[in-house]
Amino acid sequence: MNPTTTPVRRQLSHPPVDASPFPYNPGSLLSAGDLSLDGISHILARATALENQDPLVRNRILAKRRVALLFYESSTRTRTSFELAAKSLGADTTLVSSLSSSIEKGESLKDTGLTLRALGAEAIILRHNSSGAAWLLESETRLPVLNAGDGMHEHPTQALLDLRTILAHLKAGAETVTPETLAGVTVSIVGDILHSRVARSNMLLLPRLGARVLLCGPKELLPELAALAGPGITIERDFEAALRQSQVIMMLRIQAERLAGLQLDLEEYKAAYQLTGPRLGTLAPTAIVLHPGPIIRGLELTAGVADGPQSAILEQVKNGVAIRMAVVERALLADKQGGRA
Amino acid sequence: MTALVIRGGQLLDPAAGVDALKDVLLKDGRVAEIAAPGKLKSANGAEVLDATGLYLAPGLIDMHVHLREPGQGYKETIATGTAAAAAGGFTAVAAMPNTTPVNDSSEITRWMLAPEREAAIRVFPIAAATRGSKGEMLNEYAALKSAGAVALSDDGRPILKDNIMREALTAAARVGLTVIQHAEDTRLTQGGSMNLGPMSFKLGLRGMAAEAESSIVERDIRLVTELRDTRVHLHVAHTSTAAALAAVRQARRNGLRVTCEVAPHHFLLTEEHVGLYNTNAKMCPPLRSAADRDAMIEAILDGVVDAIATDHAPHAVHEKEVEFDNAPNGIIGLETAFGLSLRWLHKEWKLPLGRVLSLLSAQPAALLGMKGRGTLTVGSFADVVVFDPKAEWTYNAREGKSKSRNTPFDGWTMQGKVRWTISEGRIAYNAETA
Repeated sequence: MNPTTTPVRRQLSHPPVDASPFPYNPGSLLSAGDLSLDGISHILARATALENQDPLVRNRILAKRRVALLFYESSTRTRTSFELAAKSLGADTTLVSSLSSSIEKGESLKDTGLTLRALGAEAIILRHNSSGAAWLLESETRLPVLNAGDGMHEHPTQALLDLRTILAHLKAGAETVTPETLAGVTVSIVGDILHSRVARSNMLLLPRLGARVLLCGPKELLPELAALAGPGITIERDFEAALRQSQVIMMLRIQAERLAGLQLDLEEYKAAYQLTGPRLGTLAPTAIVLHPGPIIRGLELTAGVADGPQSAILEQVKNGVAIRMAVVERALLADKQGGRA
Repeated sequence: MTALVIRGGQLLDPAAGVDALKDVLLKDGRVAEIAAPGKLKSANGAEVLDATGLYLAPGLIDMHVHLREPGQGYKETIATGTAAAAAGGFTAVAAMPNTTPVNDSSEITRWMLAPEREAAIRVFPIAAATRGSKGEMLNEYAALKSAGAVALSDDGRPILKDNIMREALTAAARVGLTVIQHAEDTRLTQGGSMNLGPMSFKLGLRGMAAEAESSIVERDIRLVTELRDTRVHLHVAHTSTAAALAAVRQARRNGLRVTCEVAPHHFLLTEEHVGLYNTNAKMCPPLRSAADRDAMIEAILDGVVDAIATDHAPHAVHEKEVEFDNAPNGIIGLETAFGLSLRWLHKEWKLPLGRVLSLLSAQPAALLGMKGRGTLTVGSFADVVVFDPKAEWTYNAREGKSKSRNTPFDGWTMQGKVRWTISEGRIAYNAETA
């Protein structure tokens, strides 16, 4: 603070900040921070149960219920796995993407949401390029809204599927989580933290289970104030020091589409932060490597690491379907299950 | 014109040093007589307003509003904006030039002042400092002044270029006008939609750094210092950061004519009030940190702040019902500024009532050179607000006079109920019939 600033003399009371009214709908999943530990445990348990269930029985759970996928950004994994998840529970799905819809003609998110509701959608899965879009859609439609990624903000189902992957490797697939479940586990999130919704959701979720989260990346992609985002989060600029401490290494893609004029020397970046076979082998030989995808081979990690024995990247994708089945089921049955899980 | 007598009220006129029970006679748009209760000599035949138990004070003056005309009448018109102002106790507002087209000409200034606009109270246009508010070429300040402009500003945009700002300050001083700067280094705030800090990181929104404001204020103060001309007057609009206030404070110590205003939302709210993407908490400059908010309060209490101004910025409901980063900046404020100031500055933080009134009337009148306003002495304009300083009420934006409802203060408890607002002897607002 500027030294000429006069210090405040008095202790003053101020207008309070209102408590959040979100989520309006108990079936919504907007933020990884909205879930209680019981709620997380329930989702993990249902993911396993649904995954193991006879497909012909499973597809009666949401038979002929209507789920809309509303996608303002391109997506392979998230869109397909949500769609497969909803369909394998028997729901009818419809995809609206910003290209080839009235969104191109200037229809607002509110009107698009209200239109989908009028068409009979009982839940909306939203991927949007603006942070906070899922909150807007939920408050306008009051439908269960599943946040499938909002701008640079959150991607809660990704954090849940990351958690399921971590538990499978480190905790023998535990499904009931407590504040100590990940005690002693260090997770490094490496790369473009600033623009990453995956990082933000994991930063909200993992420390609540006792994990220590190390954020690693250059200043341009990892501002100092990221460490203030919550408890259990530390910045470690030295990638090799971070690797040495980690049981889980989560690599992120540099989000070229969100850099907004930021200039980055990619060769310098690779030299400091690329996960290579030798680095992984010497510094973290037993750690698992995660990546939310899409991966750019040869940039944030080498092809050898992506395809190597420590990589759990494709397991993450597989876990995505199971977690999303549980989340879609929760969206449409939340009321029957006694409200907010 | 009919005469009005306000009888039995407590006259509080800080500029004249009056705080006493007085009867006041208003005639032909001016204050005709002030006397002890029951002692008016020439009140025969005048309509009487019974102000027993109420206060009367010089009408409030908001030196920073957006009335949206010409060109954006769906957000607000001069008629609806001034009706909102009257309901809020204001008898004069200074209207910023970021209309469509930008008010950078005598024609538009005169158009705004024409009787067809049906203004409920006095409007004082602030003309654009540069052509189209583009920051490149100065407008004709003498002509704008004679058309009715009271100050110059490119509000909504800063004057970034040093040489243009220097020329603007000099040319404005030559005709006796103030340059009001919207201090924002837009090279640093591109894509920003809230204050840069832990909250913007958490919400995944691009941030606007406090330095983007303070660096322009510091640059402007350096220019004023270098000009060495006592006529030069720089006014900093909607100050929101501790660092900018510190710069103003220092400039004042150095004897420079540098003044500033603070908006109610900046002394009441912080970035935490953005909550989960409440677009009615999005404005420019944005809600800042708690330390910045505290610095605003402190500077108001210790007298560094010259005026409270609302930055009343109406937007249609549909414009705010969008993604946070796509929502336009600004909130309405004319109907809440007085109630919030009395509730918080006066009641909570113990700023004397007279000081609150000064910040909302005498001081802005002086800053903009409005003669005969901001005080109630014989011969001054009959601009009066009659109010109950103790009454509490709840603000309901839907019942407001403004065309728009974009406010973070909906449902808030206010203090100080306006009973009548009188603009140049005419009742512009009457709580009983409103």
